[in-house]
Amino acid sequence: MEFGIVELSRLQFAVTAMYHFLFVPLTLGLSILVAIMETVYVMTNRPIWRQMTKFWGMLFGINFALGVATGITMEFQFGMNWSYYSHYVGDIFGAPLAMEGLMAFFLEATFVGLFFFGWDKLSKVAHLVVAWLVAIGSNFSALWILIANGWMQNPVGAEFNPMTMRMEMTDFFAVLFNEVAQAKFVHTVSAGYVTASVFVIGVSAWYLLRSRHVELARRSITVAAAFGLASAFSVVLLGDESGYSATHSQKMKLAAIEAMWETHDAPAPFNLIGFPDQETRETHYAIEIPWAMGLIGTRSLTTEIPGINDLVATAETRIRSGLIAYEALLDVRVHRDETDPAVMATFEEHSADLGFAFLLKKYVDNPLEATEAQIQAAANDTVPTVWPLFWAFRLMVGLGFGFIATMAYFFYRASFKGMNFPRPALHLAVWMIPAPWIAAELGWFVAEYGRQPWTVDGVLPTAMSVSALSMTEVALTLSGFVIFYTILFIVEMGLMLKYIRKGPYQDVTETEAWNKRHTDRLAGRDAFAAPGE
Amino acid sequence: MILHDLMSYELLRVIWWLLLGILLIGFALTDGFDMGVGALLPFVAKSDVERRIAINTVGPVWEGNQVWFIVGGAAIFAAWPPLYAVSFSGFYLAMFVILAALIVRPVAFKYRSKRDDPRWRSTWDWALFASGALPALLFGVAVGNVIQGVPFRFTDDLHTIYEGVWYMKFIGLLDPFSVLAGVVSLSMLVMHGSAWLTLKAEGIVQTRARAIGSVAALIAVGAYMVAGVWLAVGIEGFRIVGEYVTDGPSNPLHFEVARTSSWLVAYAERPWIAIAPVMGVLGGLLTFLGLRAGRELSTLLVSKFAIFGVISSVGLTMFPFIMPSSSDPQSSLTVWNSSSSHLTLFIMLVSIAIFMPLVLMYTAWVYKVLWGKVTETDVSENSHSVY
Repeated sequence: MEFGIVELSRLQFAVTAMYHFLFVPLTLGLSILVAIMETVYVMTNRPIWRQMTKFWGMLFGINFALGVATGITMEFQFGMNWSYYSHYVGDIFGAPLAMEGLMAFFLEATFVGLFFFGWDKLSKVAHLVVAWLVAIGSNFSALWILIANGWMQNPVGAEFNPMTMRMEMTDFFAVLFNEVAQAKFVHTVSAGYVTASVFVIGVSAWYLLRSRHVELARRSITVAAAFGLASAFSVVLLGDESGYSATHSQKMKLAAIEAMWETHDAPAPFNLIGFPDQETRETHYAIEIPWAMGLIGTRSLTTEIPGINDLVATAETRIRSGLIAYEALLDVRVHRDETDPAVMATFEEHSADLGFAFLLKKYVDNPLEATEAQIQAAANDTVPTVWPLFWAFRLMVGLGFGFIATMAYFFYRASFKGMNFPRPALHLAVWMIPAPWIAAELGWFVAEYGRQPWTVDGVLPTAMSVSALSMTEVALTLSGFVIFYTILFIVEMGLMLKYIRKGPYQDVTETEAWNKRHTDRLAGRDAFAAPGE
Repeated sequence: MILHDLMSYELLRVIWWLLLGILLIGFALTDGFDMGVGALLPFVAKSDVERRIAINTVGPVWEGNQVWFIVGGAAIFAAWPPLYAVSFSGFYLAMFVILAALIVRPVAFKYRSKRDDPRWRSTWDWALFASGALPALLFGVAVGNVIQGVPFRFTDDLHTIYEGVWYMKFIGLLDPFSVLAGVVSLSMLVMHGSAWLTLKAEGIVQTRARAIGSVAALIAVGAYMVAGVWLAVGIEGFRIVGEYVTDGPSNPLHFEVARTSSWLVAYAERPWIAIAPVMGVLGGLLTFLGLRAGRELSTLLVSKFAIFGVISSVGLTMFPFIMPSSSDPQSSLTVWNSSSSHLTLFIMLVSIAIFMPLVLMYTAWVYKVLWGKVTETDVSENSHSVY
């Protein structure tokens, strides 16, 4: 593959987006866990829960700073590196981003300051409300960004306007309630909750292994395991929902993940493992589970799922139809309001396939001059590289089931074995800390790499979306980001580890005063009651 | 959906032009003082305690303030997609510098006081200085370039092409007029930061802030007036010629644009807009007096007044142009040719009408909770929870 401005810009986007997503999942989940801990504090008044809130809140703050900082890059980058994309779909794509700012960023950013600075300035309940507002704000932000991203995967509620040379919104509610977006939202935030739960359990396990902060660590594990178990189920279920919706909205991505070259009689089998071969379009040494794919993908025994070869044939048909639209478009552009109604009708009939004609722009400036070989090549381009998708997906799903098992185990020990955790399990928990991040990054890789060669599925090819920049400019910013982000990552990890080693800040006088009150109160009724923490 | 036909496309475009201005002004009024405090940090605060006082005056609020900028950017994306596409990619490397500043700043705030090592702290202090001063300067430089026109053109497919080699796209931004505009914005935000420190700090930090701020106010007013004269005699303006519609499709190529002798002909056509530059100059002078006299809240208010005047004067003078093209005037972006569709503008207006009042309400509440000066005791007693 030739490495040009498109590839370089994609690389930069991938690097900055995946880096950003190192911080997002923890923010999503930890904000809620901290709010839950503070809720328990406000309800029970026990200082240990306040300590937990402050300690995990501190780690949340360190992580949050980088999540915010690297998020700004994402918002700028569409305009900086993908200016034709921004022009072409800004009418639809920009709206959820702006709503994200209005509804979510203002909320979380305004209150996060008060969360850290407001302990002495606010009543307990008011501070608790602030903590929840931060959590809600963070999660709202995920909702809007996934509505925007969902539209790129399944562009509903919009149509092409030949006068403005761009897609324009026709139905806002279709964009809002896009089934792909809804499933992705719940899937993504649940993944964040799992990440935070694994993090909290892992760090707490590290304390337990060293017999430090035992009370704090046990309670933290208990909260995180319950929250994490529910979330781990949710991740897998909604991942399944995404797969189901992909059956009708993103057929090629689904077939590529499955390495399903030929259309199989319904119900199709699921390739558990295998070695996809892009050249010969077959999968070697495949181990199949009969019926499974048909059931997951269509929830029926009779509906067929199209294979890659059939989808390429469909793409070829759509390219030819797109060329008719493109020819009519040139006419409409010249004559504007005085266009011959017959030409306009032709355009409207074929405009849904216009994006497929644009696939030819990679090979010729004027798609109308494309040769048969170029049309064939463009149709073949609609197949993403299969093996990375195939394997990334399977690794992600495997990790997903692993989280369910881990969470279920810790939940069981916390609930029924008196918060007693065997040492091997604690060691495992510490080593598991990076796993949810790996799963989350793989998930994004499958979603975005699987959409290639499109930025907006079936509407705008990636190769056309890019800004007219020089290689030097993008190379400069890419190296800038890499250097900059590496330094920030080292600093962030250093601080995280420092504060984890240091452990929670314990307010001794407060804890003792509470213990005394608690003992006195219990002494009135039960002389043998153990004091609280 | 038929609801959006209740408001004409033309009216929605004007409203969104106003909202664009309001968001940018909102950003300058709030995050402006954060950047000003950053730019002032090495000069108003010498010891660690002084620095922490200065930093903690903005500590709890800068994050919310910065959202004005993010929402401004997103609103440009949603309501003015061609403007977003052309400006962000056209000012590519300058945007990267601003981005770098905006990435460093949150991190510097959060991490600075998390280690005791003086070298660690001084490094982050310089990061706070640069991430305040650089964007403050570059925003003005960008405005200076927009006023003179930016070298871009559209192809028939509405791809944007920029003229010139890549490094000139960056160094070329720093022409004398744009540098002057940068001086206006930097000194204006330093003035605003001083006004904020005057309100929120006391003692030596406040005294130094007042001294530097009053000089900055005079520079801002002076540079702004020089820029005005320069506009009158040395810089050509733009105007739309021929017949055009204000509610047609957003396509710059449907319009004819020509150069005029000066932007300032707008003041002959609509004299009432003179109120904006008068506000700018008057506000700047009052801020100078307020800082000298040691007035606190009222100084901050007149400083806001000055910023409001200066920024709105740029928009009002250029209307209906948003981003003219110097190399191909026909590609210029105006209010009538670079907005989103009728439906999108309407939906965005509904959502901003619902959420902006809420945002203003809870922002006001947060400022009220945090009311009062940041003192040495605040910083030393809460040293593990504040910045």
